[in-house]
Amino acid sequence: MSSVQIRDVRKSFGNFEVLHGVTIPIEDGQFVVLVGPSGCGKSTLLRMLAGLENITSGTISIGDRVVNNVQPKERDIAMVFQNYALYPHMTVAENMGFSLKLRNASADEINKRVKRAAEILALSPLLDRYPRQLSGGQRQRVAMGRAIVRDPQVFLFDEPLSNLDAKLRVAMRTEIKELHQRLKTTTVYVTHDQIEAMTMADKIVVMHDGIVEQMGTPLELYDKPDNQFVAGFIGSPAMNFLKGHVRVNGVATFEGPNGVKLPLKTAPAGSDGRPAVYGVRPEHFTIADDGAEAEIIVVEPTGSETQVFAKVGGEQVVAVFRERHQFNPGDKVRLKPDPSLVHLFDDATGKRMNA
Amino acid sequence: MADVAIPRAKPQMSEASAWTQLKHNRNWLGFWFMVPAMAFLIFFLAYPLGLGIWLSFTDTRIGRVGHFVATENYEWLWDDSIFWLSVFNTLLYTFVASAFKFAIGLYLALLLNEHMPFKAMLRAMVLIPFIVPTVLSALAFWWIFDSQFSIISWSLKHLGLISQNINFLGDTTWARICVIFANVWRGVPFVAITLLAGLQTVSPSLYEAATLDGATRWQNFRYITYPLLTPIIAVVMTFSVLFTFTDFQLIWAMTRGGPVNATHLMATLSYQRAIIAGQLGEGAAISSAMIPFLLAAIMVSWFGLQRRKWQQGESND
Repeated sequence: MSSVQIRDVRKSFGNFEVLHGVTIPIEDGQFVVLVGPSGCGKSTLLRMLAGLENITSGTISIGDRVVNNVQPKERDIAMVFQNYALYPHMTVAENMGFSLKLRNASADEINKRVKRAAEILALSPLLDRYPRQLSGGQRQRVAMGRAIVRDPQVFLFDEPLSNLDAKLRVAMRTEIKELHQRLKTTTVYVTHDQIEAMTMADKIVVMHDGIVEQMGTPLELYDKPDNQFVAGFIGSPAMNFLKGHVRVNGVATFEGPNGVKLPLKTAPAGSDGRPAVYGVRPEHFTIADDGAEAEIIVVEPTGSETQVFAKVGGEQVVAVFRERHQFNPGDKVRLKPDPSLVHLFDDATGKRMNA
Repeated sequence: MADVAIPRAKPQMSEASAWTQLKHNRNWLGFWFMVPAMAFLIFFLAYPLGLGIWLSFTDTRIGRVGHFVATENYEWLWDDSIFWLSVFNTLLYTFVASAFKFAIGLYLALLLNEHMPFKAMLRAMVLIPFIVPTVLSALAFWWIFDSQFSIISWSLKHLGLISQNINFLGDTTWARICVIFANVWRGVPFVAITLLAGLQTVSPSLYEAATLDGATRWQNFRYITYPLLTPIIAVVMTFSVLFTFTDFQLIWAMTRGGPVNATHLMATLSYQRAIIAGQLGEGAAISSAMIPFLLAAIMVSWFGLQRRKWQQGESND
């Protein structure tokens, strides 16, 4: 186990720069998730960490050692690939023991460590099978087994769950998290799925267009997104955004589309009349007499909660209620955002305005 | 009336249903789909082969109907040192040329699978020996290895390395080297391009995984590339061996079996005895003597080609 430091790392393919100076400190034993839309550079960064891509500038260190010019096999890392990359001509046991075999470990040693890893991952009955004879979830576990057999400094995961069906994905998510809690190996995990990021990470790094938008614990990112991108990316259903202006005359309010008045707890100093984006999470709406007028479009009950799509000032918003309101499409209701939980972003830069 | 009519109607019914059943029988239908291919194979392959074998048991000559002589032709061949020389030559030619074709073809395939400038052009260039008609390339080699006008002798003389022309096609050892060289030159593209196609089916992430597992480039080849390539190697080498064993054009155009029968293969000897000398029966016997060798090669590939366990489908047993 060891810490990882990524300092001002850049990556160019020819003249095209895909990473514009990324700095990420990763503590020993931390589970860090790199999340972002496709093309944001997260996988490239992971491959640079693994040594499969060169580092154009900046440094990456594992432990105290700068690994920019260290061969992948010398970095003491293990990676789980999106397509698992299992060797088709080797059995499960041979797949898992391959790295040890290359290091000239004794047959006893290989056997012992493969067996231990197989027990951890419940693969013991499958050790003599070939990858073709395994289900998706089993292949996924073999890929993880191959990583843990080596007992590396750092685990790297490159979208490991995206080839699985939805139900299995949820189960494997828990399994990976449990594995990390047991082994406590520093882990860097790449995904484009914000739910995976939220549920698994100690620390989430949100990336977008080759830069880090924000880093923090899942709840920090959820409660206090630094900018509109992070606010919209984290959370499902996504945060509602309404464009308008801040108004301060006695009491701070937000004038939304078509003059809709929305409550603000406080307005940032000197923001009167500034164009801004009002962000409110779906679950932070309540039904209240002093709320903004809304017309219900669609009601989607999921059992535990109900998603309600409605029009506020002509813009569609989504609200989530745990209570079972009796709504019908076309109903007029009054939706009130909780002013202490709303987010305010600068319209031009997307930066967070309120504290 | 009624009890007479009923038994009459029955056989009609069952006859109709038997025909309908036959029409819908998959095997019956499948048989008819197979007939054209079968007819083609029987008429153009099995029948001539049978005829050839029959011919080898007769004393047929050109212009004279032969009589059945049982194994007399084979008995003659058994005591014929030239025949045994041609068997030796064919085996030598096949094994040496195939080994070189495999080694060079694999090397080229690995090279062309790397990222390099002008890759597409280089791949196209590798195919050139394959698209030139064999007789034309044999004629070119004939000139290259000519005793007087050889460009190799000329170049070496001008470099001061030799003082006299090398008698490429006149010396038994040189002649064998030359025909093997020409065969390798011609056969390498087939091996290289086929193996290249095989290499491209190997997922790059396997190499990345192996690299992270600590594999060197050699170990990548030894543990990933080679085992995944074995099924294709089995196919391509079977074909290569069969084509080389039965080679005729190249030898006939370059040496006609000479000097002193040093490059006579079974195919060229058969042609010489059957067509040139007119001993059709004896020629057919030489040709038929190739069959056991070819069968052996096919058996080897049959076992080599069997699906390996890791290639089998997603069965759970």
